[in-house]
Amino acid sequence: MREDLARAGLLEGQVRIPAGCAIAAIVATDGKPMSGHDIITSMEPMRERSSGLGGGFAGYGIYPKYADCFAFHFFFDSRDSRKTTEAYLEQGCEVVNRELIPIRKMARITDEPLIWRYVIKPHRSVLSRLQLDENEYVVRLVMHINTSIDGAYVFSCGKNMGIFKAVGYPEDVGRYYRLEEYEAYQWTAHGRYPTNTPGWWGGAHPFGLLDWSVVHNGEISSYDANRRFIEMFGYRCTLQTDTEVITYIADYLLRRQKLSLQETAHVMAAPFWSTIEHLDMRDPEGARKRAELAYLRKVFPSLLVTGPFSIILGFNGGCMALNDRLKLRSLVAAHKGNRVFIASEEAAIRAIEPDARDIFAPAGGVPYIVRVDGVEGGLA
Amino acid sequence: MSAQNRIPSGIDYLPPLFQVIRNADRCIDCNVCVKQCANGVHVRDAQTGRLSTVDELCVDCQRCVCFCPTHALQICEAPNRYRPNANWTPQIMRGSYKQAGTGGVLLSSMGNPNEQTVYWDKLLINASQVTNPSIDPLREPMETRCYLGRRPTSVMRDANGAIDTSLPPHLELAMPMLFSAMSYGSISLNAHKVLARAARELGIYYNTGEGGLHQDLYEYGENTITQVASGRFGVFKGYLEAGAAIEVKIGQGAKPGIGGHLPGAKIVGDISRTRMVPEGSDAISPAPHHDIYSIEDLRQLVMGLKAATDGRKPVIVKVAAVHNIAAIASGIARSGADIIAIDGLRGGTGAAPTMIRDNVGIPIELALAAVDSRLRAEGIRNDVSLLVGGSIRCSADVVKAIALGADACYVGTAALLAMGCHLCRNCHSGRCNWGIATQQPELVKRLNVDQGVERLVKLMRAWNSEVMEFMGGMGINSIEALRGNRLMLRGVDLNESELEILGISYAGR
Repeated sequence: MREDLARAGLLEGQVRIPAGCAIAAIVATDGKPMSGHDIITSMEPMRERSSGLGGGFAGYGIYPKYADCFAFHFFFDSRDSRKTTEAYLEQGCEVVNRELIPIRKMARITDEPLIWRYVIKPHRSVLSRLQLDENEYVVRLVMHINTSIDGAYVFSCGKNMGIFKAVGYPEDVGRYYRLEEYEAYQWTAHGRYPTNTPGWWGGAHPFGLLDWSVVHNGEISSYDANRRFIEMFGYRCTLQTDTEVITYIADYLLRRQKLSLQETAHVMAAPFWSTIEHLDMRDPEGARKRAELAYLRKVFPSLLVTGPFSIILGFNGGCMALNDRLKLRSLVAAHKGNRVFIASEEAAIRAIEPDARDIFAPAGGVPYIVRVDGVEGGLA
Repeated sequence: MSAQNRIPSGIDYLPPLFQVIRNADRCIDCNVCVKQCANGVHVRDAQTGRLSTVDELCVDCQRCVCFCPTHALQICEAPNRYRPNANWTPQIMRGSYKQAGTGGVLLSSMGNPNEQTVYWDKLLINASQVTNPSIDPLREPMETRCYLGRRPTSVMRDANGAIDTSLPPHLELAMPMLFSAMSYGSISLNAHKVLARAARELGIYYNTGEGGLHQDLYEYGENTITQVASGRFGVFKGYLEAGAAIEVKIGQGAKPGIGGHLPGAKIVGDISRTRMVPEGSDAISPAPHHDIYSIEDLRQLVMGLKAATDGRKPVIVKVAAVHNIAAIASGIARSGADIIAIDGLRGGTGAAPTMIRDNVGIPIELALAAVDSRLRAEGIRNDVSLLVGGSIRCSADVVKAIALGADACYVGTAALLAMGCHLCRNCHSGRCNWGIATQQPELVKRLNVDQGVERLVKLMRAWNSEVMEFMGGMGINSIEALRGNRLMLRGVDLNESELEILGISYAGR
């Protein structure tokens, strides 16, 4: 089927495919590890929001043994594409470990590519020759592999975190990847309802870059304005999906422009001018806020994201949930003890924690930021 | 009949283009047409008292038609024609006869009227259905405000980690339109007053053009862009400081590569004073700026203008859309200019050599797309703002221009239409019956400033409402999310090269 779609120009990346979705996250704010069991269970009641055409998860803190290395998850079409990629990786990196990602065969997940994990560390000498820090180097490495090596696709490349995704319903995808065998302090999940038949595993979500992962529900109307802006800075939107461009925007603003999460939210879901001008200029804090919000809108106008979206941006040490400024997609949050829950529907939270408290819907454009105690070294 | 109105005969005779038809049953002999026509088309015979028309003098400005109280008048194309010839069109034949008679350069006014590809009309706009919601501008906020100016490439912070919110000077526009350069001299003081007052009321800007700024209009400085062209007419420190921004005019879409020409006959009174040109002497702008023979010279002028105004005014560099426009714009972006303005092939003019107007330059749609793509390829699109004009006719053109990559649009001809212009294209005659492109006091006073302001404000607000409707339909509630959003456009009747340059897909893809 993939060949048919490719011929028709309908494969992920050849055509823009809007999608409706289910998203969820569980965070242990005390950093206590959780197996993948609960996040899989959480996705089950939202089956109606997916169509079996894409599901995936991101786990944080899953590779403590390799915490200083980048864990690359690959889809390869063939042994040749893997060998080409491996040779390319070895030009600039030490490959600390390489293995097939363990899976559980099941009837509902088919057409699987070769799924590999490479744990790598960029050579210092290479970084100093190129005058790049390791994050920037890894970003360029990933952009090159994904745009230039035929049949190879990096779908996860962060430190001490990993993305697992496939074409299928999310709960099947979770079991396929045996997520109950991983231990993470934070899980995010995604179920996809694309308005097309993408038929390719790379198109499933979460989408990741470095330790950022994004799960997203919506269809942004600003897509091409955002894409054409972000592509000025070395990013290549090969998949033509909202999630991909949102991930790059987050990376650009947080890592390269060194904005805070709050400031990043004020760019992506900027308050209306009328709201900004409502801030009291006589109050020094109001005046400062007003100057800052106006500045962010004026400097990054093309990174305003319009149209419906609810996203959960994961990173080492926490996550940020954000809605478009009109709140055109559902998103709720709750907590119980040291666990925070975020999901498209309350049912997803109740499925794993019937007693979750303080359930609330974050307002449009207002970021809900969750931090995990004692986890450092992330990008945010 | 005055000397000026004498119609030659024989080999010099040019048959009329129009025929004025008077319905005798309706005509009440009120004489309004005679009074309204500065061209002397309507004549009352002194002896018989009968009304007749001199069709040869008619320019089809529609003034008499609009003001005839009984609607007794019609202006039609004259039935006489040369023997049809697809190669030797009537326009070309007529031009040859004129030049054989005068030995002069053919002159024209307003934008190129010939059949050309109007790419705006080949572009179609998207709307939301099912997968995301359209937004109702009557019920939800819809932002069309935009800012023009340079933007920093990275965010700076103070010692406490707070963002340094200082920015280079920006122009704030309540809607993504502003009035393009039309000089005092080429148009009347009343027309300038209309532009200035409407700009203030709308929260946008008008542009002085190259004729300086009349003393009475300094009070509208906050809504004024002062232009510095190759003739430097009316330029002095006070003028540069008077406006909100300064525009260096390198070229104009209607006449790329040549300077302006205001005949001495128009250099009278206040115009002479404002332009700082002696009365009666021609005001001829040189073709180039004689201090700009290269891109680094441009940088010096831009920096000089900034130094003269303590860096408080953004500097716009306006160029005509020519073949190498993408590279030119890239050079301008690096010259220190804050805003690049591009004027297309179909842009208007008060007077231009016909051959130049109709044959030099490229369409604005292609120029805009090429420039926006080039600046992005070079990673500098966010550093500068991009203004386009020549010609933007309606709100749909504005939406399409912004989706192709413009920050805002220069609007000239449409603003004149709001004041009464009927596009007769005879501005260069100086006898504008609508009081716009004339300096004859009895004609100038026909343009009622209050009424002109009201109509122009209404027109722009109507456009802005339509822009919001388009945006809402696309599920976009802020103009910046439309900028460069080419996925919102599809093309029809375009070939592969055109699609590639415009950076859009064919409809259905």
